[in-house]
Amino acid sequence: MKVKVLSRNPDDYVRETKHDIQRVPRNYDPTLHPFEVCREYTRALNATKLERVFAKPFLASLDGHRDGVNCMAKHATSLSTLLSGSYDGEVKVWNLTKRQCVRTLQAHEGFVRGMVVRSCGTSFFTVGDDKTIKQWKMEAPGYGEEEEPLNTILGKTVFTGLDHHQKDAVFATCGQQVDIWDEQRSSPIRSFTWGMDSFSSVRFNPVETELLASCASDRSIILYDMRESMPLKKVIMTMRSNTLCWNPMEAYYFTCSNEDYNLYTYDMRYLEQPVTVHMDHVSAVLDVDFSPTGKEFVSASFDKTIRVFPKDGGHSREVYHTKRMQHVICIKWSADNKYILSGSDEMNIRLWKANAAEKLGVLTPRERQAINYGQKLKEKFQHHPQVRRIARHRHLPKNIYHQRNELRIMKEARRRKERNVRKHSKPGAVPVVSEKEKHVVTVVK
Amino acid sequence: MRPAVSSSRSPFLAKKNKTPTEQIVITVAPSLFPWFPFRPQPPARYWQEPQKKDENKVEIDGKVTKQAPLQRKDKNAQKAKKRKPEEVEDHGKKFISGVRLLCEQLRCRVISSKVLLTKNYLFPFNLRFLEGDEGEDTCTISQEDIANAVDITSGAKYFNLKLSQFGPYRLDYSKTGCHLVLGGRRGHVACIDWRSKQLMCEINVMETVNDVKWLHSEAMYAVAQKKWLYIYDSNGIELHCIRKFNDVLRMQFLPYHFLLATASATSFLQYLDVSVGKEVAAICTKTGRLDVMCQNPQNAIIHLGHHNGTVTLWSPNQKEALVKMLCHQGSVRSVAVDKTGTYMVTSGMDKKLKVYDVRAFKPLKSYFIPAGASCLSLSQRGLLSAATGDIVQVYRDVWSTPVNKPYMAHRVRGAVWGLHFCPFEDVLGVGHGDGFTSMLVPGAGEPNFDGLDANPYRSAKQKQEWEVKALLEKIQPELISLDPTELGHVDQATLEQRHQDRVQALGFDPLAKEKFVPKYKKKGRSSAGSVERRKKQVGHEDQRDMIRKTVEDKMKIEKERQEREKKASVFSSKKSALDRFKK
Repeated sequence: MKVKVLSRNPDDYVRETKHDIQRVPRNYDPTLHPFEVCREYTRALNATKLERVFAKPFLASLDGHRDGVNCMAKHATSLSTLLSGSYDGEVKVWNLTKRQCVRTLQAHEGFVRGMVVRSCGTSFFTVGDDKTIKQWKMEAPGYGEEEEPLNTILGKTVFTGLDHHQKDAVFATCGQQVDIWDEQRSSPIRSFTWGMDSFSSVRFNPVETELLASCASDRSIILYDMRESMPLKKVIMTMRSNTLCWNPMEAYYFTCSNEDYNLYTYDMRYLEQPVTVHMDHVSAVLDVDFSPTGKEFVSASFDKTIRVFPKDGGHSREVYHTKRMQHVICIKWSADNKYILSGSDEMNIRLWKANAAEKLGVLTPRERQAINYGQKLKEKFQHHPQVRRIARHRHLPKNIYHQRNELRIMKEARRRKERNVRKHSKPGAVPVVSEKEKHVVTVVK
Repeated sequence: MRPAVSSSRSPFLAKKNKTPTEQIVITVAPSLFPWFPFRPQPPARYWQEPQKKDENKVEIDGKVTKQAPLQRKDKNAQKAKKRKPEEVEDHGKKFISGVRLLCEQLRCRVISSKVLLTKNYLFPFNLRFLEGDEGEDTCTISQEDIANAVDITSGAKYFNLKLSQFGPYRLDYSKTGCHLVLGGRRGHVACIDWRSKQLMCEINVMETVNDVKWLHSEAMYAVAQKKWLYIYDSNGIELHCIRKFNDVLRMQFLPYHFLLATASATSFLQYLDVSVGKEVAAICTKTGRLDVMCQNPQNAIIHLGHHNGTVTLWSPNQKEALVKMLCHQGSVRSVAVDKTGTYMVTSGMDKKLKVYDVRAFKPLKSYFIPAGASCLSLSQRGLLSAATGDIVQVYRDVWSTPVNKPYMAHRVRGAVWGLHFCPFEDVLGVGHGDGFTSMLVPGAGEPNFDGLDANPYRSAKQKQEWEVKALLEKIQPELISLDPTELGHVDQATLEQRHQDRVQALGFDPLAKEKFVPKYKKKGRSSAGSVERRKKQVGHEDQRDMIRKTVEDKMKIEKERQEREKKASVFSSKKSALDRFKK
């Protein structure tokens, strides 16, 4: 007779001393792990719930301005520095890690309309309602020294916006016309006009650095080449665009925030219709900024909320609001892709997390692994009704919630009417006009 | 309140009935747990006449354990048929024939190169066996001989508990296989850490005990008593008396759902969620007394056997049976489903043992057992144990090859009442009229456990961790269905429904293919005729595309079919002599 039976030596399975880690033999045989899908689903559901539990995006409020914040500028080289300008002409420099104001200067009389940091980070420009462009040093003046601008240019008209070239010592302003300035000269090297209208915003393309785009108050968005004397082309929409922002990664796309509560992403080469219409706000959208990865952007609205959109998604993935935050005027996405900064009417700058449920600080490898696993599970089961319901749920202030429903009803009514008209007309007489085509009036070259 | 008194570890128990009027002092017999290492001797061969009872009767007192080795030696000396251990080592020399020897060597080499280096290195103990000598059946080898041939720790896993007073016994092993709970028909309930032979608790519930079952860990167990269902903790303290569950005869615990499924004499199948203590479902099966029950470990479906020979499959989400299978001519006596959820084994009053494929609900094999099998149990590695009267037989490969004799057999003293393979061990626990017997069955248990799922060697901390994790990922009872992967499939119907809704709301199909509108061309090339021609051309092109696609699909299917046939023909290419007459 030959016989062999299972005989385990406990020493092979139990740790020797208390200071060792536990021994965990694994066997991945699927029959030992039944209900694989059900258990993963349960885990995904738990991960989704936990994400909503830990979604606490608000980090800090920077207060100190004595009037509403009108514009902000990111520092070109320092992550922790932020500049902000307010309605009373005051500019403040903030240290974000300490959450303190490090410097205050009275830059203009009236609004600070625009602000930009030079690409090297040593100085910054401001424009204001007093028709001046001022250049300031980034360091604070020494003890006993006066706060003096490096350079002041007196313009003929009010400036409403400002942007600096990526590399060269050239910047652009907008007001009654779009001007290109050389830093060394006191008169613009080039001026662009198209019709008799004012402009609200001008932005340089981050990749094709000679290209610019601006939003005009005659509902158009105009593209320019700095090297040419005439504008390239413009698209006229049904409502006015307030600001625009280029996608930093795919720089032929730009997104503009519009008065008709929507944002539009355009392909620069094909302006006939937008690539995507981003809807969710219930009031005019005032500002937009892309994340440095170019995958998402954040928008600030007159409806007192901030929304985060995926670059190709029609609806927002996140909405931020607080009881105290009023109309959000300006918004920035930090260069490390982790934070969002918003400046609003009630004199505060707020610091938010870009991912609401993200844990800040150093993660242990196990923590990171668990988070990655949860992320993957959520992705896998995202279309299951229970998971999707929890993941999509956001609390909204009452008035916004009702306004959203009202808008929805209005839209549905319009669609229903159109459908009925189409039904009772000659086939082809009332063509289907898609949402994208609705908002573009014409393209002029 | 009935007395459910926890006891100390002493085998001498004195219990007091708490009702003040009666004041009966019940003394439980001192011989409840004759601990080791000596074994009351059942007959060496089950077909032999059982030895006289007087020889086996063992006087128990505290000193017995110390005397035991001596006793054992004496017995070995007395035993005539005892094998010498050297015989096992000399085994190789018995092969005289050169061919046989060569074969053996070759096989060894193959094993050493492939199995030992790869599989066996990663997963030890994959090779376990019981082989008889030439001309010797493995079923004639007695447990005594096996226990003596293996190492001491394994040998100690063969033992008998003589508990003749409160039997017959039902039993259950915990999920890790470390703990054993015994429930005597006449009220005796005991929890044992059976590897270290430590008694955790012992109580007498003073009532009929129908079934016992561990809950998710070894901290709690459920006892189905005469009237109601009770839950005790491992110290024997009564935690709950659940009056919603009455006349329970059989229980099953679904470990991933934290559900305790009970089958009652009033033909109710009830589910208790033990994590929150709520009744999940109560189903009136309308089929009479339910005393045959098992679960499918792959999809948590409960199988019930009935007196009319049917086996029905139940989930808590449906008031009707999911499946009804007519399995036997007489009533069904026992049902078991294997670990992979593929095979179901049933035995009935018609003395048949049948094997079914429960995925396709098809009969695979049918065996005739002269005495019929009263209890069935399947091990993790697919061994089947069947009890006929007082004999326990273990079969191998019941579903793949036709079996004509058992792999092992053992006779216990008294009719078998409960039968259970121990998970992760080569052990079969048998509860019978005269107590409990733990048998050695080589090759029964899964040798490689998963440390994060059911770890027999887990520490207290690991157990806590596991419990929290398991509770967090408790599967909701609504997810129980015949196909557990259903959740991962695309819900085609809803998808289509949603698309239709969208079309309805929009007034047009956004995904529809656009109709071809010919471009306007100059120089007279947009005459009505040429426009028609262009339209026709495009239509023709579309049609060609569609035809090409269908032809490709057909060819693909044909190719697959041919490959399948080819494979099948390779398998069945054993040429028979009669093939020459085939046309």
